[in-house]
Amino acid sequence: MKIIRPGRIAAFTVLFLGGLVMITPLLFMLATSLKTGGEVYELAFLPREPTLDNYLEILTHSRFGRWFAVSLTVATISTLSVLFFDSLIGYTLAKFRFRGRGIVFVAILSTLMIPTEMLVIPWYVMAKSMGWLDTMWGIMFPGMMSGFGVFLMRQFFLGVPDELIDAARIDGLNEFQIFWQVALPLVAPALSALAIFAFLGNWTAFLWPLIVTTSPGLYTVPVGLASLSGEFQTDWEMIMTGASIATIPTLLVFIVLQRNIINGIMLTGLKG
Amino acid sequence: MQGWFSGLTLARKQAVWAWVFLAVPLAFFTLVRFWPALDAFALSLSRWNLVGPRKYVGLANYERMAADPVFWQVLGNTFEYLLLGLPASLLLAFLVAFHLDRIQTGQGLLRALYFLPHLTTATAMAWVWRWFYQPPPVGLLNAWLTALGFAQQPFLRSTTQALPAVLVPAIWAALGFQVVIFMAGLKAIPRSYYEAAEIDGAGSWQILREITLPLLLPSLVFLFITTSIGLLRIFDLVYNITAGGEGGPLNATKPLVLSIYQSAFGRMDMGYASAQTVVLFVILLALSLLQMRLLRSRP
Repeated sequence: MKIIRPGRIAAFTVLFLGGLVMITPLLFMLATSLKTGGEVYELAFLPREPTLDNYLEILTHSRFGRWFAVSLTVATISTLSVLFFDSLIGYTLAKFRFRGRGIVFVAILSTLMIPTEMLVIPWYVMAKSMGWLDTMWGIMFPGMMSGFGVFLMRQFFLGVPDELIDAARIDGLNEFQIFWQVALPLVAPALSALAIFAFLGNWTAFLWPLIVTTSPGLYTVPVGLASLSGEFQTDWEMIMTGASIATIPTLLVFIVLQRNIINGIMLTGLKG
Repeated sequence: MQGWFSGLTLARKQAVWAWVFLAVPLAFFTLVRFWPALDAFALSLSRWNLVGPRKYVGLANYERMAADPVFWQVLGNTFEYLLLGLPASLLLAFLVAFHLDRIQTGQGLLRALYFLPHLTTATAMAWVWRWFYQPPPVGLLNAWLTALGFAQQPFLRSTTQALPAVLVPAIWAALGFQVVIFMAGLKAIPRSYYEAAEIDGAGSWQILREITLPLLLPSLVFLFITTSIGLLRIFDLVYNITAGGEGGPLNATKPLVLSIYQSAFGRMDMGYASAQTVVLFVILLALSLLQMRLLRSRP
């Protein structure tokens, strides 16, 4: 028989109320996005007559749809690139024996110590001289690989038994086929964790996209949101609609992939 | 080509494959990480407005920084974010994780509630909190304060309240991540340790002090460092929560990264901006070295 102690019930209640406080800003954002302009200044939490008009308005009369497409493109391409290269590098560093391996690993790992803020000015200079300013490639190029992903993937490839790889060699697969067909499927959990981190990181990235883009047609969602400052100055229901559009995709991703996300964070916390 | 390759020993073949796989990545990390980092150091010793020629000026940018009261204010703000935010968020996260760990039913749901804000975009959340902090009749918090009979507060418009007002959403957004890490650490502590301690008659405070906290040290060090780095690099939230990205009334909320951004892309003062990034780099490097020390010295 399970004993329910009063202390446990109190702890649960306090934690539950705390959890409600945690999501209150999100609930207010969503509720307000369904309100009409006049209702915003009323204290009531729920809209009297919920309407999607704000969403229609913002998607048809502003560049939000365009920003959404830019963000999605940039995040998808960057994520695929990170997945491919970081796992290839991690695999090479974990499973090949060659001179210079240690130095390459330490060198890539040491890039984690360099803060992005230190690189953005030289990146800007580079992008300017290459003609990449105000292009999607300009937004993407610094994030095509990540030292963090290399570290994560190497840790996982170390756990793949050498016997499997040797057996594939005897079967006549070349080294790339062994990586692609034999080793990669074995680290699927790590790949999914890395994919989630890379996608979310790109979706929420702000500093570099803010610097590299100047024409509103090429803004990502965060940069576009920042630019609303002037446009919808006091239309809080419209701004909350924009904020909701930026937030809803990540909330959906969380609902679908909750377990992978939590496990992924635990993995990096324990391995880091 | 084929004949040359098949004549190699297995070890040699492996080395060739390895360097083939690493060729593009090495070029990337050299050109997009190491070279720009060195360039940042070089720029910090120059005066340059992006269009004219770069001029070597030695340590002039650093001397200017040392004499610039705004820089010291900004550095002070940055450490204020750190010194207020770090203990508050770690204590809160530990309390939540510690109690959440002991709950059997509904643990997943509760954890999800705490975690959700971590997945949001700082830019979007800056708008939500900016709305909360508005003066009446717009701002929600002031409306609540009035309804409860308290005085209205200026929040973002006050030089003293603005920085804590920016810090609250920063702590709010990071809490879920910290809770998940703490919970992973708590789960890794073997149950038998607790049982043995209870048999020995240890009280719950004693168990917390002598078993839970020492065994949680790796998670604590990890969070101490990642949270510190996050707070020292705070930018997105501050830029978006204060009108026009100015950094609050009289620079009251301006952190180092916002100052770097304004120097570089507002005033085109690339040398001075780079010198500030070097300061940020040195602070973060010191933190990373501290982490290594802490982890190595653990018993």
